[in-house]
Amino acid sequence: MQDLLHDVVAKYNYWAALILLLIGLYGMIAKNNLLKKVIGMSIFQSAIILFYVSIGHKKGASIPILIHGHGDVAHQAIDPTLYANPLPHVLMLTAIVVGVSTLGVALAVLQKIYRVHGTIEEDELLETIEK
Amino acid sequence: MDQIPFIPSTPALAVLVSLAAVPLIYLSDRRPNLRESWTFIAAVIKLGLVLSMAQWVLAGNTHTYDICRILPGLSVTLTVDGFGMLFALVASSLWIVTSIYSIGYMRGLDEHAQTRYFMCFAVALSATLGVAFSGNLFTLYIFYEILSLSTYPLVTHHQDEEARGGGRKYLTYLLSTSIGLALPAMLITYSLTGTLDFNSMGIFPADTAKPILTVVLLMFMFGFSKAGMMPFHSWLPGAMVAPTPVSALLHAVAVVKVGVFSILRVITGIFGINLLDATNLNTLICLIAGFTVIVSSLIALSQDNLKRRLAFSTIGQLSYIILGAGLATKLGVTGSMLHIAMHAFGKITLFFCAGAIFVATGKKYISEMVGIGKRMPITMIAFFVGSLSVIGLPPAGGLISKLLMVRGAMEADMIWVLVIYLVSSFLNAAYFLPIVYKAFFCTEEESKFENKVAEAPIFCWLPPVITAAMSVVLFFFPWLFLGFANVMFQ
Amino acid sequence: MAEHYPILVLLFPLLAAFAISLFAGRRDTLAFVLLVLAMAGSFFAAVNTLVQVMLTTESIRYRLGNWPPPFGIELVVDHLGALVLCMVSGCALLTAVYSKETVRQEIPDRIHHYYTLYCLLVSGLLGMVATGDAFNLYVLLEISALSSYALLARGRGLAYYATFKYIILGTIGACLYLLGVGYLYIKTGTLNMADLFAILSRAEMHESATIRIGFILIILGFWIKMGLFPMHGWLPNAYSQASTTTSCLVAPLMTKVSVYVMVRMMFSVFSVDYVFKTIPWHELVVWFASLAIVAGSISALAQRDLKKMLTYIIVAEVGYMVGGAWLANANGLTGTIYHILSDAVMTLCLFMAVGAMIYKTGTSSFAAMEGVFRRMPITSAVFILGAFSIIGIPPTCGFFSKWYLIQGGIEAGQWVYVVALLFSSLINAVIFFRLIEIAYFGTFEAHGDHALPPRDEAPATMIVPMVVTAATLVVIGLYTNEIVTHIVQWAIPSGL
Repeated sequence: MQDLLHDVVAKYNYWAALILLLIGLYGMIAKNNLLKKVIGMSIFQSAIILFYVSIGHKKGASIPILIHGHGDVAHQAIDPTLYANPLPHVLMLTAIVVGVSTLGVALAVLQKIYRVHGTIEEDELLETIEK
Repeated sequence: MDQIPFIPSTPALAVLVSLAAVPLIYLSDRRPNLRESWTFIAAVIKLGLVLSMAQWVLAGNTHTYDICRILPGLSVTLTVDGFGMLFALVASSLWIVTSIYSIGYMRGLDEHAQTRYFMCFAVALSATLGVAFSGNLFTLYIFYEILSLSTYPLVTHHQDEEARGGGRKYLTYLLSTSIGLALPAMLITYSLTGTLDFNSMGIFPADTAKPILTVVLLMFMFGFSKAGMMPFHSWLPGAMVAPTPVSALLHAVAVVKVGVFSILRVITGIFGINLLDATNLNTLICLIAGFTVIVSSLIALSQDNLKRRLAFSTIGQLSYIILGAGLATKLGVTGSMLHIAMHAFGKITLFFCAGAIFVATGKKYISEMVGIGKRMPITMIAFFVGSLSVIGLPPAGGLISKLLMVRGAMEADMIWVLVIYLVSSFLNAAYFLPIVYKAFFCTEEESKFENKVAEAPIFCWLPPVITAAMSVVLFFFPWLFLGFANVMFQ
Repeated sequence: MAEHYPILVLLFPLLAAFAISLFAGRRDTLAFVLLVLAMAGSFFAAVNTLVQVMLTTESIRYRLGNWPPPFGIELVVDHLGALVLCMVSGCALLTAVYSKETVRQEIPDRIHHYYTLYCLLVSGLLGMVATGDAFNLYVLLEISALSSYALLARGRGLAYYATFKYIILGTIGACLYLLGVGYLYIKTGTLNMADLFAILSRAEMHESATIRIGFILIILGFWIKMGLFPMHGWLPNAYSQASTTTSCLVAPLMTKVSVYVMVRMMFSVFSVDYVFKTIPWHELVVWFASLAIVAGSISALAQRDLKKMLTYIIVAEVGYMVGGAWLANANGLTGTIYHILSDAVMTLCLFMAVGAMIYKTGTSSFAAMEGVFRRMPITSAVFILGAFSIIGIPPTCGFFSKWYLIQGGIEAGQWVYVVALLFSSLINAVIFFRLIEIAYFGTFEAHGDHALPPRDEAPATMIVPMVVTAATLVVIGLYTNEIVTHIVQWAIPSGL
């Protein structure tokens, strides 16, 4: 029990991401309204982005830049243990772009569905399709 | 080794020559005479190519020609040996006769889509020769499948409801067994042995477990369902919806014999008769084949449609051949190889006659043929000779092969097989001779025909006369085919 | 020049995407010409890459921006990669030529947008094949996915709804992959595939639960993307409702590239030991693959719409390939890799032939087949060849992939898989001969030489690519030995 508690508390970032992930998944699968599915999808993607961002984070860490030298002192790199890993953050820039594009395409398709079928409720949609 | 007296690629050429005729036939769609002459030219060249290798093979040599290596360790290979030669000679010589007959029959009935018909026929012949010359099981399988597919348009030539049913049955049986049974059997064999080349000593390692051998053997026997072993036989009567020349060449000679040929190849070249004898698996073969022989002969007795009766007779005779091979003795196997040739000539005569009757009178049923001997004497005499050959009575060639098989049964000390042979021959006589008897010997009142000779066109009656004559000739001079069968055991 | 071929493969379609969207508005012919030229250039570069790889017998590593890996992104093209590059660009080229008439008929407005998306999709797929970086793979995956969403949506009938479902599931698949890569990154600190392979081979990594979860997530992500049963629900609708050109492009390539990436992940990022020993679930996977084969085949049998039937066959074919890869022996993997190639070509062949029938008759129900032998002899010949290949009749290539897969199944003792393969062959035979029957017998009224429907063949821009594809089927079949010994063998990892 102690271990479990320790796991939950120490890795709270992962748990948070996991919970968001599941909320998103639930939205995508269980919701009847297609727009809510899209929202679920967005939450799902955001959860992963948060997950990545939290990987790179370190308590009290600095940014990975050179310490500017003055006069005779040369520029010097700061100790790697002191800065936050920038790579996951940079990767997530791309992932955010991808996420936004997906959202855009999904919304566009959704709009088309509404225009063609007159509804974005899945059960009503299926009914119109049956006809 | 002596210099071979022909170009090395002759077997490949013999296979391809009829394939080369296909585009020519297609292009001369609008000129029937030219179109048919392509078929003839190809058929004659094919026979010539096959014959050019005969002397060499009779001297006890074999010739192997690799076409291409298609998988690592597996090639498409053509091998000319005695057995292959025997079958190739039968198929290619009968193609010429059938071509003559086809022209008479198709034009006589003014059939549609004749170009397609002759094209598919040529492809089917290529595949048949391919099977005959296959150097390994893999090559054999490829040609076997091509044959199944190229004959489908022939079987369903009439394109009506009945043809669709027959064609459906035809493909269902042939494809499902070849894909579902023969292919996995081949793959299991390949993973057990690492080769698929035919070898008269068999290719299975001596320590292969008997249950595996049994299963593989059964899968092969039923997998090559062109041989019509029960319970996978019913495509054959179904396929009788085809035009008669198709039934004649393909369903009495090429297709069914390809099935039997394949099984014989498996028995002699994959398992080897020594192995079968040692493991006693030959009894299993004999049991299945013997059952089919008797049951199909009994069914044949009750058929009124002449072509259906012939079809069931064929099923019986095919198993007869396998029964001979199942004896696993030299005499038995020689006899069964020879019977492929003898039965081919006899059965094709019978089919030709059935077709000639249909062309001349439109009659399909035996009960309607009372007295037909007076109307079509030449046809019915040929029919008589053909049935003698199938029954195994002199002076027709069937006797010789049947005698060999009977001696084989005695050599193998399997008396019950001997009984099957005798009973079956008796049944053969019972379902053929009454037709002939009623055709000639009936009173004026019974006869359903006017007492006037009116034969079918010459293209229709000449071929059965030729093949019937060949049957008789083979009785007196069986040495050519016998020689081919014998060299397999030198 | 020669050393730049790998990047040229990607650059041609990518630049063409910009060129078409900028310059080809309202000029449809220009758009078409640019598209074909780009695809031809890409195919040319891909073939040269393949030749280069085969001559040097080692994989080409191309550093983007000359950054050394593992810091920069590199393209890695080995034998397998080069083969798949050729396959993707070749199919894209054929479809591009084929598209000329059908696109005009089906999507007459804004053709240049359509072609832009086409180029983007192809560059995304090619990038997925060539990249040597796990995160880069994700980005390219999404590029191809996004453009395919847009392409698929421009279809008929229910296309929008079907596409929407695909967006949702495709996103889940891609995100799972991304998550899996995140897990690997936590443990290894690298995203370069070669680097990952080196680190993951260490013994302590085999024990790590993090890596294990990462592996499962990655594989799961791709199973969703390729539509492995039971995660296939989105596939048939999305693919069958799309326009003809889109289905010709998407159906053969998307699933095949996903399978390729799965194989790549299994053996170039993880190792044989890891995949088959650390998590003993490969037998279960083969069971699922067998289920996919059976379910896909039976569903295909139940269809009354040509395109929908073909998409269910794809579901079954995915089962073939996944099963083969997880058989854990060399024959199975050979079969899978060979089948990636042959299945792409045969699916393309069938979709093209069906597309031509739809083009002429306007319907994709089985009725489109009636009298097709007489009306469209060349199209029907192509269709039959494709069908034979799917059934597995020699000498078409479908036979040889089945040969390897079944042999692998026998070797592994996975009889369920073997039976499933044979079963599916038989079902395919039934499916296609039923169609051939419809085409051949028609309604019985056309019997005899009278009142036959006139010959009405598809236009030449459709015929030529179709015939080339059909011929390729046979050529691949006849050169199986060469393909297997010179290309596929190299992709079989040692220890299998």
